[in-house]
Amino acid sequence: MNLLSPRRDLVQIAVFAAAMGVLALTTRSGVVLNFAMMALYGCLMAQAWNMLGGYGGQFSFGHALFFGTGAYVQAIAQLQGGLNPWLALPLAIVTACLVGLLIGALSFRYGLKGSYFALVTLAFAEVFRILALSVPFTGAGVGLMVPLKEGAANMQFGDRRGFVALALALVVCGLLLTTWLRHSRFGAWLQAVRDNEDAARAVGVDPFRVKLGAIGLSAAFMGAAGAFYVQVFQYIDPGIAFGPHTSVEALVAAIVGGLGTLWGPVLGALVLHLLADFTRSLFGGLPGINMIIYGAVLILIVMFAPRGILGMGQSVRGLWRRPASAPAATAPSREATRG
Amino acid sequence: MLDFGILFPAVLNGLTTGAVYALVALGLTLIYGVLHIINFAHGAALMMALYGVYFLKQYLGLDPYLALLPMVAVMFVGGYALQRGIINRASHGKDENILLVTLGLSIVLENIALLAFKSDTRTIDTPYTLATVAIGPAMIAVPKLVAFAGALVTSAVLLWIVRGTDLGRAIRAVAREKHGARLVGIDVDHVYAMSFGIGLACLGAAACFLLPAYYVNPQVGNGFVLVAFTIVVLGGMGSFAGALLGGLLIGVVESLGGLWFGESLGQIGIFLLFIAVLLFRPQGLFGAKA
Repeated sequence: MNLLSPRRDLVQIAVFAAAMGVLALTTRSGVVLNFAMMALYGCLMAQAWNMLGGYGGQFSFGHALFFGTGAYVQAIAQLQGGLNPWLALPLAIVTACLVGLLIGALSFRYGLKGSYFALVTLAFAEVFRILALSVPFTGAGVGLMVPLKEGAANMQFGDRRGFVALALALVVCGLLLTTWLRHSRFGAWLQAVRDNEDAARAVGVDPFRVKLGAIGLSAAFMGAAGAFYVQVFQYIDPGIAFGPHTSVEALVAAIVGGLGTLWGPVLGALVLHLLADFTRSLFGGLPGINMIIYGAVLILIVMFAPRGILGMGQSVRGLWRRPASAPAATAPSREATRG
Repeated sequence: MLDFGILFPAVLNGLTTGAVYALVALGLTLIYGVLHIINFAHGAALMMALYGVYFLKQYLGLDPYLALLPMVAVMFVGGYALQRGIINRASHGKDENILLVTLGLSIVLENIALLAFKSDTRTIDTPYTLATVAIGPAMIAVPKLVAFAGALVTSAVLLWIVRGTDLGRAIRAVAREKHGARLVGIDVDHVYAMSFGIGLACLGAAACFLLPAYYVNPQVGNGFVLVAFTIVVLGGMGSFAGALLGGLLIGVVESLGGLWFGESLGQIGIFLLFIAVLLFRPQGLFGAKA
């Protein structure tokens, strides 16, 4: 198996897209479609986080910043610009990407890493939340409502399957981009910077530009998730847009599935949404129960399976393949980059 | 506008608020200085302590200032157990893991509080809640004055522990060079847990001084934690004097900012200051120890 060839990844993505497509076309169950839609939406956020956190090693605690930017641009472009949602979407993605580049340029220029980077992204998200609460064009605390105008031309599908298809298309884009990160020169630079920034710089990689590229891509996908949210729920307010909930969901799903892997974020989002639905059926809509689950899962995963569910799977497979006397696992960062 | 009769009370008010900020930040900076980790659950722990003080008062009628002893003890034990039982085990030797675990803890604690106590904002009534004393042209609430004094005393105790006791010597040794400390027979894991416990004990004290003039709800910690992070960074990570001065400074800045720009923009000011300090002066205003 040639690790440099993306063929295996591409085949897996094709199978995934086909399976999800068939599911969306054949099922009539609203529950299943709703679940698929929300899980895919969670995948999108986790993938976005994984591009920067998993492949770039930069842990952001404020990804809601890009989510909210995408969401507000999507809503404002329609409400005040009279733009068609299909045209608003690229605008939302580009704006989120630009915000990402700006934050990245500031933080990486001044060499913020690790905890400092996490804190600064969190603080930026809070600044945006308070700004959104105080300026008039975001509708302040009341939020923005996008009027109901059903129709595919208006990106408001009467049938849930339309949204599933849209989310699937975005997730497949994310998977393809992640595949590119795994096999391209840029991706190799990014992973080199993650594993050892000084060593990467010594062999001629520019860590600043590489990390900037990663945060731009990550922010763009997070912005797409925000725009998708607005199209589905037709409403956004500062708490939903820039509050900690989305930041946490994106981060936990990516880490639970397995950082720096192709399928980790997809698996993580799926597991989290299954858990969330399960607890909802047990406890009903108790406030905060979802976040308790997310937090507890995060703690447990970091304690017992720091490489995520996929990492656990690999360790088990490794037990089968190697004789018991052989040295156990290789360096985790190398293992983690295989999906 | 710059009338002394307005400015003086604002500054005084800022100093008393800042002293409590400093108290919260002292715990954070101790934990950072020794363990080199950022305790993301610091705000959630403060929130739990505030609830503790609240329930002691509501159900046992215990005065917040008398609750000082049990709260400090409980928070210390809780912190020790948390560090040894969860955080240390989850670290696997990587700082990111600690960041994630303390983030997870803060999410869990905050939402358990939300589940158990609803999002109601609660306050307590004490005979001295509304009492004031006059200092020059300013009227200062008695609880705030007590909080100011309490914060100074607590800082002094903390400094004494770190500078004047055997435990403090061990803490400083571990903070400086943990492998060396281990080689000379210091139980590093124990020192880590002690530091974490003392850090949270500061929060227990802060909660007792805070509640008579403040309130508690599940989100109350968030406001403090970012302010505390700002102070810790501003004062130089791991520096006690820096945390104390930084706390007082932030309190005054916030009070004056609120006077001139109004409440919500004053809040943004704290975050912008925080971002600016992180970006341009991560070693802190007063210069951290190396």
